[in-house]
Amino acid sequence: MSTVAATVSRVPQGTQARPRGWLRSAARSRKVQVGFGIVLFFVLLGVIGPHFVANPSATGPDAFAPPSATHLLGTTDTGQDVFAQLVDGTSASLIVGFGASAVAMVIAVTFGLLSAFLGGVWDDILSTFTNAILVIPALPLVIVLAGYLRGAGTVVVSIVIAVTAWPWTARILRAQTLSLRRRDYVQAARVAGESTMRMIWFEIVPNEIPLIAAQFLITVVYAILIQAGLAFLGVGSVTTWSWGTMLYWAQNAEALTSGAWWWFVPPGLCLALLGTGLALMNFGVDEIANPRLSASRRGSLRRRLRLAPLVGIGGSPVRRSSDAP
Amino acid sequence: MRFLARRLGFYIVTAWIAVTLNFFIPRLMPGNPVELVFSRIRHSISPAALHAFTIAFGIDTRESLIGQYFGYLDQLFHGNLGISITYFPATVSSVIRASLLWTVGLLGVVTVLSFSIGTLLGVVAANRRGTWVDSLLPVSTFLSAVPYFWLGLVVLTVFGVDLHWFPLSMGYSSSLTPGFTWSFIASVLDHAILPAVTIIVSSVAGWLLGMRNVMMATLGEDYVLLAEAKGLSRMRVTFTYAARNAILPNMAGFALSLGFIVSGALLTEVVFSYPGIGYVLFEAVSNEDYPLMQGIFLIIVIMVLLANLGADAMYAALDPRTREAG
Repeated sequence: MSTVAATVSRVPQGTQARPRGWLRSAARSRKVQVGFGIVLFFVLLGVIGPHFVANPSATGPDAFAPPSATHLLGTTDTGQDVFAQLVDGTSASLIVGFGASAVAMVIAVTFGLLSAFLGGVWDDILSTFTNAILVIPALPLVIVLAGYLRGAGTVVVSIVIAVTAWPWTARILRAQTLSLRRRDYVQAARVAGESTMRMIWFEIVPNEIPLIAAQFLITVVYAILIQAGLAFLGVGSVTTWSWGTMLYWAQNAEALTSGAWWWFVPPGLCLALLGTGLALMNFGVDEIANPRLSASRRGSLRRRLRLAPLVGIGGSPVRRSSDAP
Repeated sequence: MRFLARRLGFYIVTAWIAVTLNFFIPRLMPGNPVELVFSRIRHSISPAALHAFTIAFGIDTRESLIGQYFGYLDQLFHGNLGISITYFPATVSSVIRASLLWTVGLLGVVTVLSFSIGTLLGVVAANRRGTWVDSLLPVSTFLSAVPYFWLGLVVLTVFGVDLHWFPLSMGYSSSLTPGFTWSFIASVLDHAILPAVTIIVSSVAGWLLGMRNVMMATLGEDYVLLAEAKGLSRMRVTFTYAARNAILPNMAGFALSLGFIVSGALLTEVVFSYPGIGYVLFEAVSNEDYPLMQGIFLIIVIMVLLANLGADAMYAALDPRTREAG
């Protein structure tokens, strides 16, 4: 019984979500609807918004002006419009969040499936490596990496974040793949002489898509928070507008002691709201995808568990690990 | 005790992976950032420090990569992490030693508090499911998506700047000399309250949600039903039967959450200019102090691994199955 290896391996037989059927169920979930609404709002804000606001870097005569009709969210110490920065910085968080998470999912699928299919010593090596990266705290590693890559742009930051964001998903996918491999239909495909690659891509991966989707969403939250932290420290480019860089400049310009709450409160609220939206979507998809949840959806437990999203994103995406050992 | 031995083995492998990452990262970075720093400092530091720097980063050397690697391991085993550039001529280990106690003290107390409070609230939330308590869940989801450092900024503004209840920065009042005096200890506590509250509020929701969910599943088990049927009191069923079993998975989550909490705490220290390791890491990054940066990374990894080992020992003590297996 190992702590880290408290795996999610108890997968029930015959409760597999049909490929694509899960999307329809997800769309009916109230949590997914609300979450999707919030995320869509920010996506639209990030895509369309910048065309409608003033230049976020343009300085003006009003320094530390509180919110007013001309400056919806007031101004910075150099008279820049905070609302313009907030709108303009939306896309940076979204791009890093979704980009890093997508890259992390590719790494996770590779490691998870390789581990499960190679088995034996290779499985031991890959699993140990995955668990080790999981235990090593991510932010210090990201800071060290980004510290060498002075003024790194969005793409580099995304990749650096992705490098630390994959292990949890890899572990879940490994457990799920091990269980899927034993299913009758996969055994049948093997007997029918299908190649390993074909089996992976046509029998295994399609059945893991809901799981990957749930993991993708929660990894986006994680990546957005790490990006904000990095930007707040001034690691990476401080001239690209993002919610994190706004906080960095606010901290540097002593916005706190000047009482300029309108400068640093909105970016944090946006981060938390976007994170909540993504987490709600994750809860909804997870209730459909998580094999453990569907396993317990029998009898009297059914109603109770629907009230119980099994994820505590708070701590971290990893908290959902809390599976009975 | 085979369980603990296996875990120890795993942590040693993890530490080795971290050490190896630490060795290769500066050597694989594009644009030779280390050499730029090297050429900047080479005339301003002592030959001995320069020598330590070249060994640590493999500059100006004809030695093979393997040779460098073993030289680096040798230095590490002798506790030699090099010389800090920011705090020259102080060694990296002395800088870390000065700041480590602050972080370990703050984080140790705060993590235990947060885990206890969150777990207890999770038990209550699971017990009161279907009542108004459920409406607090979206709130805790929102709270857990709030970045630690941002919450720190808000807390600092409200309770430090506006209300003047707590000091704005540092670990203790600069007018005092550190020592075992009442005024010093009071000052340390006074300075620690805001960072501590920030970290607790940001991390407690994770424990709460985790415990509540495991608890819900446990409350559906047959043995809990039997205990209820026997007519045992609600308190007894909740704590002696359900919570006792549900706490194990929540503890298993400890290992994995710790890295996240440590990351959040590092940023929180920066907000409060708290003299811990997070603040020093921030300074190291701002000053391109690579030896210090890497030393801190290693120390953080080792601290997290030790804390995990402690959590494992507790887990082994609580879960009889781990003992039977050994």
